[in-house]
Amino acid sequence: MIGIPEKAVKSMSDALPADALPSVTIPIGSAGDSGDAGAVAAPARVVFDIDDLAVYYGAFRAVRDVSIEISQHEITAFIGPSGCGKTTVLRCLNRMNDLIEGCRVEGQINYHGADLYGPKVDAVEVRKRIGMVFQKPNPFPKSIYDNVAFGPKLSGVRNRSELDDLVERALTQAALWDEVKDRLKASAMGMSGGQQQRLCIARTIAVNPEVVLMDEPCSALDPIATARIEDLMQELKAEYTIVIVTHNMQQAARVSDRTAFFTAEVNPAGDQRTGVLVEYDNTQKIFSNPGDERTENYVTGRFG
Amino acid sequence: MTAPLDLDEVPPSLVSSMSARRKFKNGLATTWLVVSVIVALVPLGLVMFYVIQRGSAVFGIDFLTADIPVSRRALGPGMGPAVLGTLLITGAATLMAVPLGILGAIYLNEYGGKGRFASLVRFMSQVMTGVPSIVMGLFIYTVWVLTFGQSGFAGALALACLMLPIVIRSTEEMLRLVPDDLRQASFALGNRKWRTIVTVVLPASIGGITSGCMLAVARAAGETAPLLFTIGVVNSANPNLFDGPNTALSAQIFRNAQIPFTGPQDRAWGAALTLILLVLILTVAARWVSSRFAMKQA
Repeated sequence: MIGIPEKAVKSMSDALPADALPSVTIPIGSAGDSGDAGAVAAPARVVFDIDDLAVYYGAFRAVRDVSIEISQHEITAFIGPSGCGKTTVLRCLNRMNDLIEGCRVEGQINYHGADLYGPKVDAVEVRKRIGMVFQKPNPFPKSIYDNVAFGPKLSGVRNRSELDDLVERALTQAALWDEVKDRLKASAMGMSGGQQQRLCIARTIAVNPEVVLMDEPCSALDPIATARIEDLMQELKAEYTIVIVTHNMQQAARVSDRTAFFTAEVNPAGDQRTGVLVEYDNTQKIFSNPGDERTENYVTGRFG
Repeated sequence: MTAPLDLDEVPPSLVSSMSARRKFKNGLATTWLVVSVIVALVPLGLVMFYVIQRGSAVFGIDFLTADIPVSRRALGPGMGPAVLGTLLITGAATLMAVPLGILGAIYLNEYGGKGRFASLVRFMSQVMTGVPSIVMGLFIYTVWVLTFGQSGFAGALALACLMLPIVIRSTEEMLRLVPDDLRQASFALGNRKWRTIVTVVLPASIGGITSGCMLAVARAAGETAPLLFTIGVVNSANPNLFDGPNTALSAQIFRNAQIPFTGPQDRAWGAALTLILLVLILTVAARWVSSRFAMKQA
């Protein structure tokens, strides 16, 4: 964090009443039993309310003017060219950007009505509720079982049969159980890329998060593995809220309910590029009848 | 059925275009490499040959357990106190240097990063790797032995100073090899930093860390110079590290080899053989341990 703008962030979060924050604890375990998590979000079932978000890496403004509402049990896709800040915005949603030195977030992200960046919010607790699947499959160099049991063990599950059940449930949900049930003790590193990515999804959902963020989860996979992950997302949608970043427009069109299109704008001052949100709407509308010319150019492949 | 291949008839495009001059250079370089390997192996082979040949004359169970004869002219075995001393002193040094070194390396790689303090510590440990071992002995002599007297523990302190930078550097290298993806995956599951280190980073690098530490142990076990001023000398076993002088194999080799009688010289050869066997066992154990871990990981 650096000098003056940090103060701005602070004063912003200070301005919020501290009483509004404890409601972050409400969504615990609400993954299964939909909507009735908090009185705040009940009618619209808005999970994330992002308002006027800007993200800086040091002095460089990577993204600006992002305002999106992400609804429960929907798949929201972020699309756009490279360097437009989709991943940056995604990583703000579970505060993974906190780990990057010099990264600073301005604006407001409300999670079930509570400020995600409020002073009392613990980023570690945030990440327990809001899981993440990465671009490159990154299983731990442990057995398949230990990979999935890793999260539950962290939260204190020690009972063997309870762990067994959790592992089976997560692997079944990730459509991997039948392939690996006979070799749970085998190393995860010996699996194919598609299996590894599904294992990472199983590992993420084993901690029973409310939201699963996916950062280009299929970009390292072949079309068959991609199709399996996409089917999987449709099944997971019933229990989890999913936000996916993808380079693949067909994928966004196939799987998502809503799509946000980002683009990169060259700053008038220098040659640095800042990502901006161009349009956020139903996926159908984005791909058939977009409201912005830039969106249309991009989805029809005429992007310059 | 198929026509026999005419080996002489090669399409002109596949004929080697290497010039005779180039071929000669190639041959010369290859020969040079092979000769270098042989020359490098000669001293190693001779050392092993002599140590085994001369050392096996006295080597045996008696040699490993009996006291060192007080009379310089006495023939026959006895290096028990030195074997015990080497094991105790090296063991104590390991207990001090390895946990400290691993924790230091974790700080450098996981917390310090590119900060000024971490860079300074990294630089200092690099410098310490190059400090001659006798300087470490003199250092401990000044700050410890002059006040508390010679003891096995003083020797262990000197060896620990020697091992510390090696452990820090090799462990840090191993931690750096752990892909950042794994840390990210752990953080994304709501794992705190220290638990990420304990549950993900260390298990992923434990094989390499083990073999690095074992190399440091093997190096320390063979050091003589740091022990010369710090542990003194005894002829009967002293199991108490903290009280009274002690002895070690390396120090006994140094002592006995200087005495112009057959008995001590044989014992020096025997001690050398014992030391080599000890280091060999440690190295094999380290390889075994790290390959076991590697199998679990891979």
